[in-house]
Amino acid sequence: MTFLRRFAHNYGALVGLAILLVVVAVAILAPVFFPSSPWESAGVPLLGPLEDPQFPLGTDMLGRDIAAGLAYGARVSLLIGVVSTAVAVVIGVSIGALAGFHGGRIDDLLMRFTEFFQTIPALAMAIVLVAIFNPSIVSITLAIAVVSWPPVARLVRGEFLSLRSREFVQAAIVVGQTGPRIMLTQILPNAVSPIIVTASLMVATAILTESSLSFLGLGDRNMMSWGFMIGAARTMLREAWWMSVFPGVAILLTVLAINLIGEGLNDALNPHLRGRRG
Amino acid sequence: MQTASAKAHHVPLLAVEGLSIPLPAGLDRRFAVENLSCTLDAGEILCVVGESGSGKSMTANAIMGLLPGYLKPSAGRILFRGRDLLAMGEAELQRERGRSIAMVFQEPLSALNPLMKVGDQIAEVMEVHGEGNAAERERRVLALLDYVGLPDPASLRHAYPFRLSGGQRQRVMIAMALALEPAMLIADEPTTALDVTTQAQILDLIRRIQRAKGMGVMFVTHDFGVVADIADRVVVMERGLVVEQGGADDVLNRPQHAYTRRLIAAVPHRETHEARPGSEGELLLDVRGLRKTYRSGGGLFSKPRVVDAVKDVSFTVRRGETLGIVGESGSGKSTLGRCLLKLTDVDGGEVRFRGQDVVPLSAGAFRPMRRHMQMVFQDPFASLNPRQTIGRILTAGPVANGIPRAAAEAKARELLALVGLDVSAFDRYPHEFSGGQRQRVGIARALALEPELLIADESVSALDVSVQAQVLELLQELQRRLDLAIIFITHDLRVAAQICDRIAVMYRGEIVELGPPEQVFDAPRHAYTQRLIAAIPGLHWDPRAAVA
Amino acid sequence: MKTLDFLFQRLVKAVLVVIGVVILNFLLIHLAPGDPAAVLAGEAGAGDEKFIAQLRAQFGLDQPLHWQLWTYLKGVLSGDLGFSYRNQVPVSRLILDRLPATLLLTASAFVFSLALGIVLGVAAAYRRGSVADSVVMTGALVFYATPLFWVALMAVLVFSIHLDWLPPFDMETIGAGYTGWARAADIAEHLVLPTVTLGMFFTAIYTRLTRASMLEVMGLDFVKTARAKGVPKGRIVRRHVLRNAILPVFTFASVQAGQLVGGAVLTETVFAWPGIGRLMFDALMQRDYPVLLGVFLVTATVVVIVNLVTDLLYRIVDPRIEAAG
Repeated sequence: MTFLRRFAHNYGALVGLAILLVVVAVAILAPVFFPSSPWESAGVPLLGPLEDPQFPLGTDMLGRDIAAGLAYGARVSLLIGVVSTAVAVVIGVSIGALAGFHGGRIDDLLMRFTEFFQTIPALAMAIVLVAIFNPSIVSITLAIAVVSWPPVARLVRGEFLSLRSREFVQAAIVVGQTGPRIMLTQILPNAVSPIIVTASLMVATAILTESSLSFLGLGDRNMMSWGFMIGAARTMLREAWWMSVFPGVAILLTVLAINLIGEGLNDALNPHLRGRRG
Repeated sequence: MQTASAKAHHVPLLAVEGLSIPLPAGLDRRFAVENLSCTLDAGEILCVVGESGSGKSMTANAIMGLLPGYLKPSAGRILFRGRDLLAMGEAELQRERGRSIAMVFQEPLSALNPLMKVGDQIAEVMEVHGEGNAAERERRVLALLDYVGLPDPASLRHAYPFRLSGGQRQRVMIAMALALEPAMLIADEPTTALDVTTQAQILDLIRRIQRAKGMGVMFVTHDFGVVADIADRVVVMERGLVVEQGGADDVLNRPQHAYTRRLIAAVPHRETHEARPGSEGELLLDVRGLRKTYRSGGGLFSKPRVVDAVKDVSFTVRRGETLGIVGESGSGKSTLGRCLLKLTDVDGGEVRFRGQDVVPLSAGAFRPMRRHMQMVFQDPFASLNPRQTIGRILTAGPVANGIPRAAAEAKARELLALVGLDVSAFDRYPHEFSGGQRQRVGIARALALEPELLIADESVSALDVSVQAQVLELLQELQRRLDLAIIFITHDLRVAAQICDRIAVMYRGEIVELGPPEQVFDAPRHAYTQRLIAAIPGLHWDPRAAVA
Repeated sequence: MKTLDFLFQRLVKAVLVVIGVVILNFLLIHLAPGDPAAVLAGEAGAGDEKFIAQLRAQFGLDQPLHWQLWTYLKGVLSGDLGFSYRNQVPVSRLILDRLPATLLLTASAFVFSLALGIVLGVAAAYRRGSVADSVVMTGALVFYATPLFWVALMAVLVFSIHLDWLPPFDMETIGAGYTGWARAADIAEHLVLPTVTLGMFFTAIYTRLTRASMLEVMGLDFVKTARAKGVPKGRIVRRHVLRNAILPVFTFASVQAGQLVGGAVLTETVFAWPGIGRLMFDALMQRDYPVLLGVFLVTATVVVIVNLVTDLLYRIVDPRIEAAG
């Protein structure tokens, strides 16, 4: 109740939610609006926006409908953003929880491992992974997950480490609860809020990374994506500005919306950071 | 401002008249401070005393003009040498702060800038008030550090705050406050974060300086013992209102208001025990040569830091007996408690519980024995999982030990009644309860497993004195009823003296003295115990006589 | 003594990370679908039987795996990053030629974004709740959500194509034959757009971080002490808040060094900046795996060195570190 009310008081978060709902709707309804493949040439090449009412956002150099590309691109962006984040969160929470709860050598080992992955330039590593294993929706998703779990692991480890020494966890040990049970029922529920906030922001970053990969030509060849559209528009910058502007705006709005929601969640889940007690 | 008070023969250094500070809407009361009036003269110490939430710190901050943005006085005046501080602009206030009025805070570590050398922080007061040149200020800094009793000012001046001990930091704060010889010093719980022996030194220092400089000191505290030691006059506050004020002797020894009498009655004091069950009870716990060492840092080029937290500690506890373990921070008393419950590894020695040494047992092998040895924790806010209902918290232990959930729940409801809570608490969450109520839940949780030994680690330290008295009473009553053995770990000798059958004094990891309260108090053998007892605030004041 | 220990530990850690990346490269070569020799050769070289046979012998591909790893590790650590069949030169040669351009770009983007981010963040925190604060924070929010490569394209579209203010491509004017200061000015002119577009994303991050950090420090007890001493607000911010607030921003900036290198790949691709990012893109297009893996290793090493240096600097700036270490 209070959580929803606090979230609803945050205008930015509501705007973000509205934008995201539109993007989700477009992604789901893409085949309804645009029954033919976005790869197919649909009209005259290089039509500007509003020149032909059938193609309100214009066409590219092969006569493909930009609007159709945007609609199908939304599917790829959201799918990869959500799935790769889910995978990254599972990896990060497992590693972080083990490190933070057990401490000592296990912690040392797991954290060196995490730091290693955090030091390596993320995008460069994603590029190498996708290039070597050939671009496909699976390799892209996994590559993004592999480069984005370390912050989650560090966050969860920090939470577990500080919660582990809290008195209610000590009390759980004293009354005879076992380690796994303490991790699941005592610590994890208290660490969920920051994980949710981080995960929501990670979806945004994953969408940016996916668009970068497909911009560099590492997208799935069977799926239209925003990054690919911008990459294809690069050589046509002088002749057809709309080819690059619209997909870019689509990415910007989607990522902005998710960031706004993430900040709204943060404010709503951590109310003590905002007001102080008298 | 020429006002009526200025025309009188005598203008007090500080006169607070009808001060009210409203709270934001939606809290349990309308005013943080309501219609408060008091005066402070040069050359006297005025103690403002009250429990948490009484508005005593708020008053101090209001005088300094340091209230947070959402709190603004709605009525009244704060006259400093006849001029209303509340009517002054920020620039004018800035000139007064540090020069004529100075303040010392509760937490000396967080009150100092961590990235600035302490000498520079002291010099800054003089610098911003345009006092002297750099060389003169530097000389003054060294003189001040020496004056507040800090060793080797020339090198200490270049130290960063994290290098100093708590007492040293507070001395730096005091040196900073004294830099421009202000007419008035406001001290907001300046000794609460310090150990008792350090507290005695700082109280001594403040009194000495106040006498030497003829300052007026407003001293905010929750501790009547401290009041007895330094106050000339006392203001007692409850929930934003002044309930009583007067000379220290009157308020301490002839309190008029019911609330003051209640507070004084709750001050821990030595109980005269008649019958001691101690020697008759069955031997429950036998600790021999217990050792625990912490190692940190170290590498190829440097030695690790080794701290003997517990060294060679031996004692016994019998059924039905309360053993107090008393020590200052860093004495190893809490580590000892954690060792007994195997919450931390032990480096050597034996812990025999009913004859069986538990030290060599693995975590799994020890778990079934845990139910016999339970713990009550210090912080009533951190010791209950905020995401679980009281019912879930109370049943977790029995369920983990194989008792059917229904039976555990029935037992939990019984326990709530036993510790004096309503049964409806079962379905509620911790945040709905006060500190004292939560501590009762913590006790109920420990009792749910029907233990034979209870370890209470600073279990009443975070509570206000009146609540503290109730919880202590509850513990004693439960002990009689259930024939429990209790190990009571505390920093407060007065509390230990009130409820313990025997007291062990810990100092740097060792038990330096162990005996019944009479012997420890009246004929302390070890030099440290003697120091500790001499440092007890209000030692020469008998609260029982005041409310008898 | 303690500093020596710290230095030693950090060096060991840095070397281990680099070795880790080499091992990762080795694993990738072997986990990739197809023949490891084909990966080592790159797509263009895989058709050349003689070249493949030579690679098999050089990396001992018929030996046991751990022996292959040892051979590979030895080779890489002695500076042999493989051979680019496509370009007919050693990979190390290619990378060394391109590295200075990338270092110039990333260093200037780093300085630009950190300086601007801190200034904007401090200003926004100082005037919290004002119009200026809202404008700065909205801008930061937008740039934080914008893909780098798209900002780069838009910058070219606006500032080069439409306004014709700045050159869109390359690092200097080809064939102009400038020398000395004229050449430096020419490079600087080419540097503006790539630096700003690469820097804006990071400026957004540092602005948000600085503002949050400033506000947090402003709420700490020692700021209240300073007020109680009669220190004016401006001086409190300068002398007490700023230093405490900026340290975490620097730490974060160091951690972000890897991200900056990733961004350089995109920026260099758009602006045809002749650095290793552009080299990576070209290698991608040609499936020239030895170059790809070589660039990956070198970027990781650069980041490790940056982290090492900032850790050491941090130790000098923050007196508390030694005690905690």
